[in-house]
Order: sequence, then C-alpha cells, then structure tokens
Amino acid sequence: MIDFLNALTLLANYIIVPGLAYGSQLALGALGVTMVYAVLRFSNFAHGELMSFGAMCTILCTWALQSFGISLTILPTALLAIPAAALITVLYCIIINYFVYEHYREKKIDTNTYFIVSIGVLFFTAGLIRLVIGPKDQNFSDGVRFILKARDFKAMTGLNEGLAIKTTQGMTVVVTLILVAFVFWFLNRTRTGKSMRAYSDNEDLALLSGINPKKVILITWIITGILATVAGALYGLDKIYKPFTFMYLVLPVFASAILGGVGNPVGAVVGGYIIAFSELIFTFAYKKFLFYILPESFSPDGLVQLLSTDYKIAVSFLILVIVLLIKPTGIFSGKTI
Amino acid sequence: MNLKFRKISLFLLMTAMLLIVGFLQSWNVALLILNMCIISAIMALGVNLQWGFAGLFNAGIMGFIIVGGLATVIISMPPVQETWSIGGMGIIWGLILTIFTIVLSTLIWRKTKNLSRFRYLPTAIIILIGYLGVRFIAGPAIDAIEGFEAAKTGYLGGFGLPILISWGVGGLLAASIAWVIGKITLDLKSDYLAIATLGISAIILYIAKNEDWLARGVKNVNSIPRPVPYEINLQNELWFQELSTSLNMPLREFSSIFVKLCYCGLFLTVLIAFLWLSQKALFSPWGRMMRAIRDNETSARAMGKNVSKRHLQVFVLGSAMIGVAGAMMTTLDGQFTPNSYTPLRFTFVIYVMVIVGGSGNNLGAILGGFLIWFFWVESEPIGLWLIDNTTSILGEESLIRAHLMESVAHMRYMTMGLILLLVLRFAPKGLIPEEKL
Repeated sequence: MIDFLNALTLLANYIIVPGLAYGSQLALGALGVTMVYAVLRFSNFAHGELMSFGAMCTILCTWALQSFGISLTILPTALLAIPAAALITVLYCIIINYFVYEHYREKKIDTNTYFIVSIGVLFFTAGLIRLVIGPKDQNFSDGVRFILKARDFKAMTGLNEGLAIKTTQGMTVVVTLILVAFVFWFLNRTRTGKSMRAYSDNEDLALLSGINPKKVILITWIITGILATVAGALYGLDKIYKPFTFMYLVLPVFASAILGGVGNPVGAVVGGYIIAFSELIFTFAYKKFLFYILPESFSPDGLVQLLSTDYKIAVSFLILVIVLLIKPTGIFSGKTI
Repeated sequence: MNLKFRKISLFLLMTAMLLIVGFLQSWNVALLILNMCIISAIMALGVNLQWGFAGLFNAGIMGFIIVGGLATVIISMPPVQETWSIGGMGIIWGLILTIFTIVLSTLIWRKTKNLSRFRYLPTAIIILIGYLGVRFIAGPAIDAIEGFEAAKTGYLGGFGLPILISWGVGGLLAASIAWVIGKITLDLKSDYLAIATLGISAIILYIAKNEDWLARGVKNVNSIPRPVPYEINLQNELWFQELSTSLNMPLREFSSIFVKLCYCGLFLTVLIAFLWLSQKALFSPWGRMMRAIRDNETSARAMGKNVSKRHLQVFVLGSAMIGVAGAMMTTLDGQFTPNSYTPLRFTFVIYVMVIVGGSGNNLGAILGGFLIWFFWVESEPIGLWLIDNTTSILGEESLIRAHLMESVAHMRYMTMGLILLLVLRFAPKGLIPEEKL
C-alpha cells in the first residue's frame, strides 16, 4: 500500500502538477489562437511572439514596480504587473490590426496571403522584443518559491517520494480558471459576446442584424491581447523567459487549438490540457514508478522512457498528424480549415 | 515602366552594390556575400516554385535546409572505423527494422480499409512495436558510438565520397520528407500544411541537435571536405604563384579570392540549371496549369485536374531545390552547426526574398534572394554607421546610445518585418511582377 502511494505521489509530482500548469498555459494560448481564427478567419502565426511580447511587458512592469519598492511579498510581483502589461499588449494588437490586418480584411484577401502578413508581424514583433529586452534569458519570479515543499510533504506523510508545488504553478492554474471562466461568461452571457459568436458563425447574417464588425474585431483583439499576455507571463514565470522559445511554442499551441476544433473555445482549453499531459506522459521516465508498482524481481534496468525529453515537440506534432488523419475538425468539431 | 528595362536595371543595380562593397570593404567580403546571395537565390527559387507557382505555404524551409546539411556530413566525411565496428551493425539493423516497420504498417493500413475507424489500431500497434524494437536494437549501439572519444568523434562519420554527390543526395532526402508531409496535409486546407511543416522542421532541428551518432549534434562537425582546392595548397603551386605575380596581387589574398571564385562558379552552374528548369516549367503547359490551379482551385478540379497530385509534385520539387541549397550552404561553410539554424533566419527571411523580388517570377525570386541577403549582411555596418552619426549628439556615455549600439544586430529582424509588410501593402506584386500568360 505504501508503495502504491509512493508511486502515486511520483506521478503527481512529475506529471499531474506540471501538466496542469503547462496545460493551463497552452489552453490560454490556444484560446487566443481560436478567437482570432473564429472572428478574423486566419491562423495567426504571430501569436507566439504576441505571447512573448506580453511576457516582456510584464517583465518591464515588474522591474518598474520593484524599483518603486512594491512587491507582493508571498506571490510574485509579476501578478500585479500583468494588468498593466496586458493593457500595453492590447494597445499593440489594436495598432497592428489598424495598420496591418484591417486593410486585408476589407479587401477580403485569401488565407494564404494572411499567412505572409502574419509572418511580417511575427518578424516585426520578434525584432521589437529583441531590441527592447535583448535575446538573453530573464528570470523575473520573486516571492515564496513553493506552496508545498517536497521535504515538508515527506515529513507530513512519511512517504519516500516528495510532492512539490511551486507558487507559480498554483498561481497559473488559479489565474487560468478565473480568466477562462470570464471569457466563457463573456461569450455566452453578454450581448457583445453573443454578437461576436454570431459574427463568427455567419458574417453576412450578422451584418444584416446590424452588428458592427469593427467593434467585434476590436473586442476580439482585446481578449486575444489579454489572453496572450497572461499565457506568456505565466509561461515565463513558470519556466524562465527566453525570447526564442516562443517561436516553437506556436506548435503545441496550434496543436491544442486544432485538436479541440479550431474556432471552438471549449475545444481550445481541453486541447491544451490533452497536449500538455501527453507531452509529459510520453517523455516521463517510468523506472522509479515501476519500481514501486512491480514486485522487486520485475523492476526494470533502463529508464523506461518512451521518448527523450528533447523530443517533447515531436509529441504535439504526432498528435497533430493523428488528428489530421482521423478527424480534421477536432474533438469538438470546430470549423474545418 | 517597361518590364524588360526594369529587370535589367534592377540586376545592374544589384551588381553595382556588390561592386561598391568590393571597392569600399574588400573583394573577399564582396565574394563572400555573392556566394551566399547565390545560395539564397536557389532557396528563393525553390520557395517560389511552392508559393509563387502553386500558392502552397511551407513554414518548414529550415528543416529542408538542415536535411541538406546533414547529407553533406553523411556523404563526405570519412568514416570512423572504430565506431563502425562497435555500433555499425546495431545501427544498420535498426534502420532495417525501421524500414520493415514502415512497409508493414503501410501494408496493414492499405489492407484494412474495410475496418474503417478501427484500422488505426493495428497500424498503431505495429508502429509502436517497431519503435520499441528499434530502440532495443539500436539503443546500446548508439550509446557505444556516442561514448567513443566523444570529444573527437563520437559519431559514425560518413561515406567519404566526393562532397558534390551530397548536393544531389540532400535534394533527394528533402524531397522524400516533403513527400510524406505533403501526402498527409496537402489535401486539407493550407493552415494544416503550414503548421505541419513548421512542426517537421522543428523535429529535424532537434534530431540534428540531439542525435550525436549521426552528426555529432551540438558538438558540430568541422572541416568537411571541400569540392575546391585549399588556399594553402594553392599557395605552394608554381603556376598559381606566377599567376598571382602577373596579376600583381598578394599571394595570400589572391588564393582566398581564387577559392571563393571556384565556389562561385560551382554555385552559379547550379543556379543557372535550376533557373533554366524553373523557366521551362513556368512557361510549359504544366506551369500554366499550376497557376490556373492556384488562381481557381474549384474550376481546375471541375476541369478534371488532379489538384492534390499536382500540389504534391510541386511541393516535392520545391523542397528538393531547398535541400540542394542547404547542402551547398554547409559545403561553403565547411562545417555543420545545428545551433545556427533558426526559423526566423532560415524560413521566414526566404519568404521576404520571394515576396520582395516578386512571387511567381523566377527572376524576381533570384533578385529578391540577392537583394535581401545583401541587406541582411550589410544592415549591421549600415545600421552602426547610422546610429553612430545620429546619436552622436547624445554624447559618448549616453545609455540609449549604448543600448542601441548593442542591439543593432536585432534591428535587422524589425527591418525585415517592415520591408515585408510595406511591400505586401503597397507593391504586393514585388519588384519584378509575375508575367501575364
């Protein structure tokens, strides 16, 4: 029995807790991608850089707060900085939309040209980020590092295995819950949210009923900007902020959105968690887990790892390919793209 | 403006800029830029084939470039006898099993059509068993190979064949990867192709970085054999010394210029061959059909054209060209460094080249390749000069000035983004627009 509990703690420590945190970050990212897809009808390749931009703004605001001597003592100061950073990111989104995307929307340009346009934005944003904060890593997490320390857990329960929960992980899950709940409430319960869904469903009918497309798009970018900032900031807090990683983060984010069904908000959130957990499940070394579960004579020699952690990215790619082969509309049947 | 006049004047302008670099900086620098310009132009030609002719968005150009680079290592490096004797058999058996698994799973996939949804299960089981089997057989061999004198070798080496062969092999490898990706995604709408190619390019990058037994990973492969003579050998040749004195140039400088000219000749041959092929393709019934499909897929389908087959064809051909260019680039560098590959530099800049030059026009793509690479390299000295002059009022110790000077290297990303957005907005056809049929 004690062995079984040990094995369970091991899984909780290395898969469940990090999976929930990483899944929340992916869910927020995928929700942003899906919103843009649903309303503006293009896959925003620059979304990764937008997340990076949001994280950068959070870092700058955190530094500003810290220089004034403001801190949240227990929680990371970044939590206070996120609203201000989100405001800047939303402004950036609106400016980009006004100068870049609006023109192409009016001309009803094809999806392929949108790709190239979003690559232009990606380039510009990536350059801007490197210009402002530089290409180096930034660690901006402060406050208490752990909610639950592995040692305390061991002392509490008397198990061999420890369970550690980082403050950033707990915070990620809580913030995500609040934000996702807010977005769903907004989309389903408010008049503006309903008009957004109507516009996404059928543009012409929505125009006929007097919905103002400019307003719908403005609100879409506001929500996207907020989601991207929070996702980027939480990702940066949880791991470490590295400007170049966001280019590759696009892949799991898009995989989450496509797996759930592009254009479907519920799908994006579910997809995020599925991708995150499968990445961890495929790259976890089960040696110790099997050591607890199996009788001694069966315990394995190797690491019992399906994929080395270097190939994490391959997992989301694999899932993407499987979805494309089996059900291109995704689990919740979004728009077929 | 007349299109012909426009073409000639733009290419003359490009030549003039390279000449200016030759006179102002040095001929060595000018030739170095020219060589990379030619390689960029070939990459741009490949992308033009996919994007300009067919409207396919390939976000994984970097992956095909890396595959070309890997090909040069595998073909041209001398084999490491010791590692072959330790782990060669394991690797070979692993490869055989991999191929066997792929063949078996495709066979089962084809034979189980009547199972409809459940046909995924047997195929998945075969692939899983095959994967674990390969790990079991090749795993110890890989550990042994990577452990052998890791600082010096730690990999299998290559076949020790002439490096020029690797250009073709690089193209073939890239083509076969493109075929698999295209098979899966080309029937779906373009978003999937884009994301799938981005994914495969990331996976190829991680393979190049982590599979040390293949090409040493991040430890890099250095001193890859050359297709042209070495400077030091040239300097000892009698005819070369006489040539250098008769041209009145210092021996050392002349030898390095001579080597670069040799590369230039090789690259130009490939470029001209590819340009000729692309022009032939563009102005053939096939090229007209491709453009017709791009402009109106539905009516092309209605006319009985097999759109997915044509897309697959053009996607594979374009990727092969990019693979060749990737092999050429590693040949020019003389080393394979996986860490130097980034999507911004190796995927998206190529798009800027094609769009700026004029998508759908082969000469345009080449011009774009030359122009954008030129500015990519020269933007740093130009930017430094600009900042130096504009911020001199702020004084030497100004923090803003120091920050700007430090980050001038990143300015080029922003510039590329701006150029792309401006060209798309105000001159979407590019410098040399596509010719009407």
